[in-house]
Amino acid sequence: MTSVNNPILSVQGLTKHFPGGREGLIGKRDVVQAVDGVNFEVAAGEALGLVGESGCGKSTTGRLITRLLEPTAGTVTFEGQDISHFSNAQMRPIRTQLQMIFQDPYASLNPRHTVGTIVSTPFKINKVTPEGGVKKRVQEILEIVGLNPEHYNRYPHEFSGGQRQRIGIARALALRPKLIVADEPVSALDVSIQAQIINLMKDLQKDFGLTFVFIAHDLAVVRHFAQRVAVMYLGNIVEIADRDTLYATPKHPYTKALLSAVPEADPDATGARERIRLTGDVPNPINPPSGCRFRTRCWKAAEICAIEPPALLQIGKTQVACHFPE
Amino acid sequence: MLKYTLRRVVSGTLVLGIVSAIVFAIFYILPSDPARLACGKSCTPELVARIQVALELDQSLPVQYGRFIKGIFVGRTYLENTDAARECGAPCLGYSYQTDLPVTELLVDRLPATLSIAVGASILWLLIGLSSGILSALRRGTWIDRTSQGFALAAASLQIYFVGLILQFIFVDKLAWLPMPGYTSPFDYPLDWAKQMVLPWVTLAFLLSAIYSRLTRSGMIETMGEDFVRTARAKGLSSRDINLKHVLRAAMTPIVTVFGLDLGSLLGGAVITEYVFNIPGLGKLSTEAVTNLDLPVVTGTVLFAAFFIITANIVVDLLYSALDPKVRLT
Amino acid sequence: MSAFLEVKNLSVAFPTEDGIVQAVDSLSFSVEKGKTLGIVGESGSGKSVTSLAILGLQKGSKARVSGEIWVDGNEIISASEAEVRKLRGKAMSMIFQDALAALHPYYTVGHQIAEAYLVHNDVSKKVAATRAIEMLDRVGIPEPHKRVNDYPHQFSGGMRQRAMIAMALSCNPSLLIADEPTTALDVTVQAQILELLRDLQKEFGTAIILITHDLGVVAETADDVLLMYAGKQIEYGTVRDVLQVPQHPYAWGLLTSIPRLTGDPNLALTAIQGAPPSLISVPSGCAFHPRCTYVDNVGTACTNIIPELIPVSEGKHHSVRCHMSAKVRQDIFANKVEPQL
Repeated sequence: MTSVNNPILSVQGLTKHFPGGREGLIGKRDVVQAVDGVNFEVAAGEALGLVGESGCGKSTTGRLITRLLEPTAGTVTFEGQDISHFSNAQMRPIRTQLQMIFQDPYASLNPRHTVGTIVSTPFKINKVTPEGGVKKRVQEILEIVGLNPEHYNRYPHEFSGGQRQRIGIARALALRPKLIVADEPVSALDVSIQAQIINLMKDLQKDFGLTFVFIAHDLAVVRHFAQRVAVMYLGNIVEIADRDTLYATPKHPYTKALLSAVPEADPDATGARERIRLTGDVPNPINPPSGCRFRTRCWKAAEICAIEPPALLQIGKTQVACHFPE
Repeated sequence: MLKYTLRRVVSGTLVLGIVSAIVFAIFYILPSDPARLACGKSCTPELVARIQVALELDQSLPVQYGRFIKGIFVGRTYLENTDAARECGAPCLGYSYQTDLPVTELLVDRLPATLSIAVGASILWLLIGLSSGILSALRRGTWIDRTSQGFALAAASLQIYFVGLILQFIFVDKLAWLPMPGYTSPFDYPLDWAKQMVLPWVTLAFLLSAIYSRLTRSGMIETMGEDFVRTARAKGLSSRDINLKHVLRAAMTPIVTVFGLDLGSLLGGAVITEYVFNIPGLGKLSTEAVTNLDLPVVTGTVLFAAFFIITANIVVDLLYSALDPKVRLT
Repeated sequence: MSAFLEVKNLSVAFPTEDGIVQAVDSLSFSVEKGKTLGIVGESGSGKSVTSLAILGLQKGSKARVSGEIWVDGNEIISASEAEVRKLRGKAMSMIFQDALAALHPYYTVGHQIAEAYLVHNDVSKKVAATRAIEMLDRVGIPEPHKRVNDYPHQFSGGMRQRAMIAMALSCNPSLLIADEPTTALDVTVQAQILELLRDLQKEFGTAIILITHDLGVVAETADDVLLMYAGKQIEYGTVRDVLQVPQHPYAWGLLTSIPRLTGDPNLALTAIQGAPPSLISVPSGCAFHPRCTYVDNVGTACTNIIPELIPVSEGKHHSVRCHMSAKVRQDIFANKVEPQL
């Protein structure tokens, strides 16, 4: 595997299995293979996009990186430290460096706390007192994310969805982290608001040299934010490449199908594009297909695909896990 | 399904075992001495000691408990090897020296009265509660809704001993339309049985139907806002079909659950109702036993009530899976 | 000949504690058989309320509905609940965004499809059950004779939406309203469902109203587009016109703010400032004026007077609600908007 220079985050063989239902009285418990042997690295200051459809394990990966979940196997290395099995106490100093932004700006903010309380919580939890005091710092951050600092004493319900997501971003920024994992940060927002938030996060990345892991299902949104993109399918990474390479010359059949399925807001572009229609749904992660997990929906599938799981190999500028790459 | 039922029965039995152990242990620790109580007025320390031996109270707690459990399955003889030996056939739940009867016999004797109250009242409260709840939900905001819910709120805040005594005063003492409540066998004198049961039924149903009315109403109203009800309307179904087949069907599930548990705990003894109306049921038996410190009977009634509640829980869970296909019992 | 569906001056208002909420305000449009109209808007724009009004589903609620809705020669708003009920499911039907919530959790998928068929067809339950299998087969559910006995939760998201479509089309309605039918689905499944809708439309000549917030979905499936903002239609025309030569600043904003798969990804997206208004306090004049970049081109009219819906050019089926003159709009579009598209 090629490595990026100066990785701030490195993930090796990352695996998370959740216990599922039990068969019969004393039968074996099912295992949901949410994430299965994922490898990637993130360079300081870059934005890595993690895309895939529901059930591909992208959100679980995000939660493993931020150690909201503990991996079943594999390692998460942050700034040279293996944090895979750190305790809560050990994680505390790390958390100041490693923050998360969530999808639902309605559910992820405590409705009984004021904006000031929400954004200053990270300081209290981590017992950090910034220069000039907490309140001053919080108001600075509110201004940075485009909120009125005078709204310090207001409650989340007084804000619109886009403003709430700004509050979530402010909370994540409070301790000046190095890495932010953003899990579907714009998918719950109205179309006209999404661009505001994407632009804001892009500016923050530039101004503060932040590193982002940007998790989304929307390929067009990821294209506008990430410099490198990893495509996930059923717990595996099937393709990683820099943005321009991936969108211009997708190597994995799934990436190709995913790109061709995105509807374009231009009646002419729609007719001109090659259209690949995948049949069926994503299989159940309790019992994923043998070999290549995509083979059940792949038009290129051959015998070997059922037998041998393809390794993630370098082809040109792309790493792809496919027996018959494009 | 069968496996699930089996597992629940096994675990239910286990819970019963634990309950019995706890009850047993509590009475063992209790400062009152059963031997002293059994001894009577002309008591001497020697006599107490002899009774202790006869009642096997000199044995350790585990031994006593073991014999008690064994008695449930194979029966036992109390005061063995004395001239006052008492047979207690399986399932033996102990022997009440105060009444000189096996506990099981006492319980079986009192069960029909409790059963009469519970079944009769539950039919009544379901009828009143469901129909007024449905009507309120369908006529939300109208005077029908406000009257019935106002009534329900008032009824839910009243107490059995208050309502019961007032009804008894009016219908028995003043108007003399009904006889004093009590229990006669419905197989021998069905009319008398019904007449005597009317007041307990009405009193109990009065309070519980209020709760069921509110439960039904809120369940129906909540369901009416569901997307699938909108779908049913979009299909062109009549409002009758929508309300019965789609709304009520979905709103029923939690009501069935609550009903099962209410009935279960009532079968263990409608304590206050039986006490107020002086009906010889299980609830009355347990209050009597507690006042007289008749510990074997107390143990028996507690176990009996626990049995009904645990059974009701299992039945409710099985019913739930029958009503809601999303619930898979494993 | 008049269109299969004709809506004239439709308004829907809800009295609330905070005053009257005008959810839909003087909406007019029409849909022919075999054609698709995309209604596009953000949350609170009134697009879903419109669809419920067409099905007459606000009857018996507190909503105040006015105007005319003609479905195949029947007027919906003045009709009684019983009259409209005969049309629901038969002349017009609807599919919803969240198919899991829109299907009854306690009945099998087959039962629910058969039920829809039985309402309008005097047949035995057996015939209706056969029809359910037939419909499931038609919408592409594998092994329909087995899956017909499944409950909604046993279906995947895409299959549930297919089942909803099967149910909606069981009586061969001429009008199908699809309210965000693919929003909850993954893109590859969304593509399948949109293709299915197109195929079925070709086969049965159904008129479709597709309600969505996704301009991409509209571009792929619709013939006409109606753009809604704060309860009003602000632009209406063919897909080609509205998406390629949009006239309203809101349309410009939407089209330049959505991330695309083409163009330079390094350029910042041109976001629309502010947020969609709450219907309880709709801004005066043109409801979009607080977010509009071009208010200065007009003066006070934007803040005081509600603009009329006027044709973009004489006799053209493309109309817009904006105070700017055609000339000014043309200049802005050519110089500022088009280069970004």
